[in-house]
Amino acid sequence: MSHDTEIQGRSQSQYEFDRRKSAVQMRKQVINFAIMIFLTFVAFATVVADFAPTFIKPVILLLAGIQVVLQLYSFMHMDDKHAPFIGVISTFVWVGAVIAFTFFLAFNTIIWW
Amino acid sequence: MLNTKFTPQTWPEHPEQATHEGKNKYVGIWIFICSDIVLFASLFATYISLRNKGPAGMQFTSQELFELPLAFVMTMFLLTSSLTSVYAMYHLKNYNFKGVQLWTGVTVLLGLGFLALEIYEFYHYVHIGFGYTQSAFSSAFFTLVGTHGLHVIIGLVWMICLIVRNASRGLNLYNAPKYFVASIYWHFIDVVWVFIFTVVYLMGVLG
Repeated sequence: MSHDTEIQGRSQSQYEFDRRKSAVQMRKQVINFAIMIFLTFVAFATVVADFAPTFIKPVILLLAGIQVVLQLYSFMHMDDKHAPFIGVISTFVWVGAVIAFTFFLAFNTIIWW
Repeated sequence: MLNTKFTPQTWPEHPEQATHEGKNKYVGIWIFICSDIVLFASLFATYISLRNKGPAGMQFTSQELFELPLAFVMTMFLLTSSLTSVYAMYHLKNYNFKGVQLWTGVTVLLGLGFLALEIYEFYHYVHIGFGYTQSAFSSAFFTLVGTHGLHVIIGLVWMICLIVRNASRGLNLYNAPKYFVASIYWHFIDVVWVFIFTVVYLMGVLG
């Protein structure tokens, strides 16, 4: 099962470099989290502030879209170019999104109207 | 190999992808998530179509039913639990098993808080007469949000099992991918919730 795995110890400098790199990455994740929280606040605030629904709806859907893309590419590591089959994974996810949109379109225009 | 003891220095930079099994798990969870996207897509589409639809004279509308403060608190719980899960993965990379267990535990607690609020919400709705069979609207609502709640329960059981079962094992290349995959699944639950609070609660209050 694991005969194809090779474990090599990292040199001290490489190890320190990797540690620093993952600390920097973690800081980026916290910033991404702050952005997500901010987007959530904005979404709730626009609804509470009582703007016209025709304005609010596209805005909060856009905010949700941005937040989800942030989740996928930062927290869920879809930006990791070295992950196994990451190309296949990305294709599946975006095709899934297209199918999701088709569902929405079909249910709201053809099945019920 | 899978049981090899490591030091922070010999621990691979991507422990979740270091073994063949880990790579398979990585791809596997994503294939599951893609099929889950399609499942939730059908439930969302059904909900949007059936919102506020029901028997003549139905007194429930999404405008009056949903409480934004509750939805907001639930969102904060789940969003924060996503960050704590990222912290667990940070410690996983650094071969700090205590950190992994601690932050996975915090994630579980936040998830439990979310679940408690959701159970309260459902109980409240059923109590005021908005039960599952009350209308097309109520069925679509409970199916969509309930399926998400079921995913939360599964995620919580999953993470509790990981914490308990590996408590005395320590971190190795056998369980590192398991923690990683559970974390990816937990983030996906948050992704679905982002759409639920936007489409169901925010747009529901708008009418």
